[in-house]
Amino acid sequence: MTNPAPIDAMEPASEQALIASILAGEREKFRLLIRPYERQIYRTALALLKNEAEAEDVVQDAVLKAYRKLASFRGDARFSTWLIAITLNEARGRLRKENRAAFDSLDERSEESGDYTPAALTDWREVPLAVLERQEVCALIQQAVSELPETYREIVTLRDVEELSVNDTATLLGISVSLVKVRLHRARMMLQRKLVPQLRLAAKPAPKRRIFGRLSWL
Amino acid sequence: MALSCRHVWDRISEYIDDTLDSQVRADVERHLAHCEICSAILDSTRNIIIFMADDRVFELPLDFSKRLHARLDDVLQHEFPEPREISPL
Repeated sequence: MTNPAPIDAMEPASEQALIASILAGEREKFRLLIRPYERQIYRTALALLKNEAEAEDVVQDAVLKAYRKLASFRGDARFSTWLIAITLNEARGRLRKENRAAFDSLDERSEESGDYTPAALTDWREVPLAVLERQEVCALIQQAVSELPETYREIVTLRDVEELSVNDTATLLGISVSLVKVRLHRARMMLQRKLVPQLRLAAKPAPKRRIFGRLSWL
Repeated sequence: MALSCRHVWDRISEYIDDTLDSQVRADVERHLAHCEICSAILDSTRNIIIFMADDRVFELPLDFSKRLHARLDDVLQHEFPEPREISPL
């Protein structure tokens, strides 16, 4: 195994005790503190930045920052939420620096109009999770998320990739709960419209190659 | 209240998250019971949401954790966390 197996998040009380001991000088324990969230913050960075090497850089910077600023962590938020907030800020900073961010002028009123049409395929059959064993299917989903405008990509990443609550998502992004819901809905509909036709094709078993095709003269 | 397909589409995300009030939820369910198109849109959206949360989609690169902890080595050896200041949250 090249990466350690995922570890479950600690109870907040044990996490607080761990943070106290790190601040008291047991610095090596910081590794234990971040281990449960390494995967989570990487996924956040990757979904936002669309590039593995950059996502890894951003995670490393965010983790170092979290260590250096650990004394500033207030126990009223969960440590994971705080760590994601730092990662999000680092990723946004990177996007701004490289001028890659799409500065879209979204406002609540225009977003509530809901002028979209989902992909309506009455013969939709559920695509089994097993298709995720295939790299090309994962790549389709990554691609669809990465093509969302930044505002929607952030919402989907926090809410559907990281499965944070609507309230935590609102806190992290500094927007209202109702705006989270509106944007999340639109983002999901955009993904639905884009991905449904692709996944339907990808889920079909590859046709068996025939050595002898249908012979027209028979 | 009888809902149109457009009204149901507008509520699909909240229906999946179970944040609709009970009356609206019941109206949506009544519509879904006879509308094949909206049921397909609901099922496919839910399917995509389940996929996005799967670890296999945004997978960790090879030796990601090793490189992260290697970068931490130097900092943990030589630096203490900074004194308390205003937190990002």
